[in-house]
Amino acid sequence: MIINQLSIFVENKPGAMCGMTKVLADNGVDMRALSLAETKDFGIVRIIVDDVYKATTILKDAGYVHSLTPVLGVEIPDTPGGLNKVLEVISNSGNNVEYMYAFLGGKGSDKAYMIFRVQDAAAAALALSGHGIKTLEQEELSKP
Amino acid sequence: MERYYQPEIETASYEQIKAWQNERLVKQVRHVWNDMPYYRKKMEAKGLTPDDIKSVDDLHKLPFLTKDDLREAYPYGLLAKPLNECVRIQSTSGTTGKRVVAFYTQHDIDLWEECCARAIMAAGGTNEDVCQVSYGYGLFTGGPGLNGGSHKVGCLTIPTSSGNTERQIMFIMDLSATILCCTPSYAAYIGETMKEMGLTPDQIPLKAGIFGAEAWSEEMRQDIQNTLGIKAYDIYGLTELSGPGVSFECSEQTGMHINEDHFIAEIIDPDTGEVLPEGSIGELVFTSITKEAFPLLRYRTRDICKLTREKCSCGRTHVKMCKPMGRSDDMLIIRGVNVFPSQIETVLLNNGYPANYQIIVDRVKNTDTLDVQVEMTPEMFTDNIGEIEQRQNKLVNDLRSMLGLTAKVTLVAPKSIVRSEGKAVRVIDKRKI
Repeated sequence: MIINQLSIFVENKPGAMCGMTKVLADNGVDMRALSLAETKDFGIVRIIVDDVYKATTILKDAGYVHSLTPVLGVEIPDTPGGLNKVLEVISNSGNNVEYMYAFLGGKGSDKAYMIFRVQDAAAAALALSGHGIKTLEQEELSKP
Repeated sequence: MERYYQPEIETASYEQIKAWQNERLVKQVRHVWNDMPYYRKKMEAKGLTPDDIKSVDDLHKLPFLTKDDLREAYPYGLLAKPLNECVRIQSTSGTTGKRVVAFYTQHDIDLWEECCARAIMAAGGTNEDVCQVSYGYGLFTGGPGLNGGSHKVGCLTIPTSSGNTERQIMFIMDLSATILCCTPSYAAYIGETMKEMGLTPDQIPLKAGIFGAEAWSEEMRQDIQNTLGIKAYDIYGLTELSGPGVSFECSEQTGMHINEDHFIAEIIDPDTGEVLPEGSIGELVFTSITKEAFPLLRYRTRDICKLTREKCSCGRTHVKMCKPMGRSDDMLIIRGVNVFPSQIETVLLNNGYPANYQIIVDRVKNTDTLDVQVEMTPEMFTDNIGEIEQRQNKLVNDLRSMLGLTAKVTLVAPKSIVRSEGKAVRVIDKRKI
């Protein structure tokens, strides 16, 4: 229902992002989604990975400050109004969307997905499933 | 129970201390007059002879010595003993670009080491203790001074010197070191590393630390005490006067007792040179009354400080000095405002930031800029940019109320500020004035 997103602190300077992605690449971590929130001096890289445990361990060893954030991965019907319906359900559950970004979905999937960071992820997931909208499980992100 | 290395001296009556000072000052002035032409000329310029100095009450008549005199007299101008009676030199780190060479006879070394032994015993040290000296050994006085003091107390001494932090920790753990001597910034780094290794304060055998040679705040003391599970004691000194041990903290931790049987302290107005009454804030001036080879009279330390003779619960009677509030050496003048790095450190630690910071001063379009770089920590990090920025703004506001000017706060990656194994480089001044 709820998946774990990694939020990583990086400085806003040349090579900072590349240094972080290299650590993940060298250790065979597969990124499934990425979003970047930046300020003038620093940024927060938000990623969804196939192996959260492995990714947090190697990032910690490499000296990156990071945290885990519970988010929703929602399958969006690829039709006009698809996203609108999902947002209506979340909004009717009294939840505020802090940020959202697009997501590749499962391996070999032809569906569209989005990641939602909301105030109360559990309540939003419940509301969505009540309307027949599927949210991704952590296991679905691991490689088959 | 309070322990003293030399109880009869450390708890002597005020009258007794004054009597020692009067007698030794008169003798010292005569020694300097006879054996240090550089200072004799200064006295003659003021129309003084040794007969004018009959007691400490006459001290204010004597001319000052400053860092400039040390530079001018380099290397032998302030030497007052034949070289064949000297056994050692020590030298300042030269971080301010002015190298000082100080000379010692064996008598001078013995007195210096006794002062350090007093500091170690004031921190609870006995011959049962294992004392790890992680100050640099060599020209820097930190290592040799505490090493000698530790020997005098009878501690098992581990002369690790600074650097190689993993080995430092290995010795602390394997040989159950109970006392650690180093700079406060290195103590913080050792603590941080031990914490990362998963060592908790109750697993660390250390019980006390003697930290000096650089400015550190009360908040940093709390930090180090909590991480290492120790009591952290301040120690003060200058190479010009001998080295660490000019003054040291006791169990009360409310200031450092000056070893008044060796050094007479005065507080002066840094602008006029006038002696200020007890309790005033001003520049600390020392007169060395027992040293033979390098006896400086009325040496201006540039440390801004306050003295008190209030009764101390430890039983020591020697006058106490507060932690220097700043140094005119490391005082920055930014947009006309006096700024001490220690003020910035206090604000950072009050806001839960780590003691790893760097102050970068620059001049852009004829205006000074102050950039305080602080490392992000797991405790401070959140996924919410707004929250991080709010905290950053609070820091900017707190700095503004402390300093009276606006600083920029930049959050940088963990471990990106170079760790120091000796004196930390806190300030980078890029201004070309």
